[in-house]
Amino acid sequence: MAPDGTHTDLKVVGTRPVRPDGVDKVTGRAQFGADFQLPGQLVGKVLRSPHAHARILSIDTSGAMAVPGVKAVTTAEDLPDIPSEEAFVGEGPMNFRDMSRNTLARDKVLYDGHAVAAVAATSAAAADAGLAAIKVEYEVLPHVIDVEDAMASGAPVLHDDMFTSGMKPKPTAPSNVAKRLAFQLGDPDAAFANADVVIERKYSTAPVHQGYIEPHACVAQYAADGQIQIYCSSQGQFMVRAYCAKLLGVDISEIRVTPLEIGGGFGGKTLVYLEPVAVILSRKSGRPVKMVMSREEVFRGSGPTSGGTVWVRIGAKRDGTIVAGDAVLKFQAGAFAGSPVGPGCMTAFAMYDLQDVRIIGYDVVTNRPKVAAYRAPGAPISTFGVESAVDELARELGMDPVELRLRNAAKKGTKAAYGPTFGDIGYVETLEAVKEHPNYKAELGPNQGRGVASGFWFNIGGESSATVNINEDGTAVVATGNPDIGGSRASMAMMAAEVLGIDVERVRPIVADTSSVGYCFLTGGSRVTFATGMAVVEASKAVVEEMKARAAKTWDIPVDAIEWRDGHAEPAGSNAGQFEPLSLADLAAKSGRTGGPITGKSSINAQGAGPGFGTHLVDVEVDRETGHVKVLRYLATQDAGRAIHPSYVEGQIQGGAVQGIGWALNEEYIYDKDGRLENPGFLDYRVPVASDLPMIDTVVVEVPNPAHPFGARGVGEVPIVPPMAAMANAIQDAIGIRMTDLPMSPPKVRRALDEQQAAE
Amino acid sequence: MARVVLTNSACRAYTGGVAEFETPARSIRALVRDLESRFPGLGHQVEESMALAIDGVMYQDDLTAEIAENAEVYLLPRIGGG
Repeated sequence: MAPDGTHTDLKVVGTRPVRPDGVDKVTGRAQFGADFQLPGQLVGKVLRSPHAHARILSIDTSGAMAVPGVKAVTTAEDLPDIPSEEAFVGEGPMNFRDMSRNTLARDKVLYDGHAVAAVAATSAAAADAGLAAIKVEYEVLPHVIDVEDAMASGAPVLHDDMFTSGMKPKPTAPSNVAKRLAFQLGDPDAAFANADVVIERKYSTAPVHQGYIEPHACVAQYAADGQIQIYCSSQGQFMVRAYCAKLLGVDISEIRVTPLEIGGGFGGKTLVYLEPVAVILSRKSGRPVKMVMSREEVFRGSGPTSGGTVWVRIGAKRDGTIVAGDAVLKFQAGAFAGSPVGPGCMTAFAMYDLQDVRIIGYDVVTNRPKVAAYRAPGAPISTFGVESAVDELARELGMDPVELRLRNAAKKGTKAAYGPTFGDIGYVETLEAVKEHPNYKAELGPNQGRGVASGFWFNIGGESSATVNINEDGTAVVATGNPDIGGSRASMAMMAAEVLGIDVERVRPIVADTSSVGYCFLTGGSRVTFATGMAVVEASKAVVEEMKARAAKTWDIPVDAIEWRDGHAEPAGSNAGQFEPLSLADLAAKSGRTGGPITGKSSINAQGAGPGFGTHLVDVEVDRETGHVKVLRYLATQDAGRAIHPSYVEGQIQGGAVQGIGWALNEEYIYDKDGRLENPGFLDYRVPVASDLPMIDTVVVEVPNPAHPFGARGVGEVPIVPPMAAMANAIQDAIGIRMTDLPMSPPKVRRALDEQQAAE
Repeated sequence: MARVVLTNSACRAYTGGVAEFETPARSIRALVRDLESRFPGLGHQVEESMALAIDGVMYQDDLTAEIAENAEVYLLPRIGGG
């Protein structure tokens, strides 16, 4: 096997076998979070704040405990009061004090929907009655929803102990700005002075929810000996275990988390909300407790991604060479610090060969739910601004926007705008793929326009474990610890089959619980096929080595005289002796007599995840009467390094593009004057559905990642990065109006058309 | 000597604004020690909450990776994902 991912002789990788979880999912047998039940379980429900910002003066739960059927009530008093402590356990910097206070409010509520108390009861009706009997006395405080309002002098301050970090001198007054950070390469001021053309514009995006169809759900059981079992849908059973241990103040060894099927996460299930509460309720009641969020609770109580403002300035020469970039990003973090403004800054200009660049970012708290990760966190927001500005630059210069990007595209050897020098990357290839696609030259009619935009994401590796067990009939079980949210089970089975040299149908992939497989960092950052895949490859190689050792024992020849070829042990040459090849099944059948069961294990910390790039091309038609934007054609190209299972890669690209289209056109949180969310449901929070869209065409280009045995890169993040700018650029092309604020919903487009008409 | 480059303000706050310097470190572990001795707090910050790019390859939570003689090392905010 070539070590650099440049294979030409693959038999399984790159094919499209039937997904191993397909039958369970189409027949309804798959168990998602809300499907799981334990005998004697209670129903847990959460009391949520009706105020955007208020001090909790008192909570009286005595009435709830008097309600027939109510078995337990809990508030933040049942959680350890954790001091401020920042750590990396999940997807980003996590302050456990904040996470605890987000799980159950202490002292103050900070957004409409903030969890205040919870009950467990014998029925949903009894639980509801219990919630109604809890008396909470609030002192309502002024609130702030908008990010720039929150930064303004005199804004209501959410946290009296928050002083902006990264400022000189250190502030003496508390502020809603948690952090200011700045990145700079070269001398952007001098570079702008030498530019022939400068584009400067401010853009904004709305906070949007990941929109996973499956709501948060869990069942927790606290045993008399203190052992805790949690069954839940999440993006990481080890993440749930670590967070719950910290929030509850118990040892990790006391918690076992069993992952259930996950109906979408996209970053939004890299946190815990219900699980610690269900454990407390189970401890207090002595019964298992099941909790399932309603759709309204998902919107009011779980994290969307940030909204923000993006000020961009780009300088270029007349020939189209971009010489300078400048941006200021203001991201709202929700109720607690921790927006993805850092990666927003780093990704903003990453597509371009740019030596003089400056980016300043602000992390700002507001009276909204604490943000959570969402595909390529931060990148879609900054990229909407930069890729819109690049389109404006192309128009100013009279250049084709794809040609402009090709002129400035990052390639191998380019110093990225965030610093490091790129290795093997495939951005140029995605642009070339767009140019070669029929959509690039399709004819457009009246009120129709074409837009292009690109996107970048780092991708990550991290800690992963895998076990490959060979059964006595020559089949295999591959156990890993990452929930399958994008087809990873299929990919794991395929990589194992490739190394073992057997049919993929003979490999059964499973997602194991926290006590049954070695540690795996969560499923996120497009890391599983890359990192856990590497662990599977290593574990499979260990099996092959053991198979060769067993053949050596069988033939009484040295193990280095044996080769593994197409799933068989063979003598390496005529000097090794004349033996009929032994298949993996032959060796497995005799394994008990040659040393015992054959198992391969691997635990690694995978590094070298290859960056990903994509380019999207969209044609739209704008209805001038209604402002409705119809997507006519959509093409997404992306470098996957090596597509292990191309159908899943295409599905990831299509899904990301569709979520981006929703972000572009319709999705937003609407708050009333009191800071209460007015559209917590899919009827009023409009995500795209199949009838809204054409087929999303995909072109997967493959520039192998040399750090992966088969060349794979992560693919799940990049496809949500380009769509918003691509859509805005297409609308500009269709009606001659630059839409700078998302969503570009019919009322906004209609208003822009009215203003255009009035100006004429 | 390898060259360490700081592009972000969070790191430069530890170095008094110094954006580039050389290090004799040949591993991330050694670099963390070198940073901590020269710029107190920065080594700890890098070990606990940052990523490094060594000649363009990203490393997180890895103290064992080697740093070549003339390598270019960038200290960057840690990367997650969705």
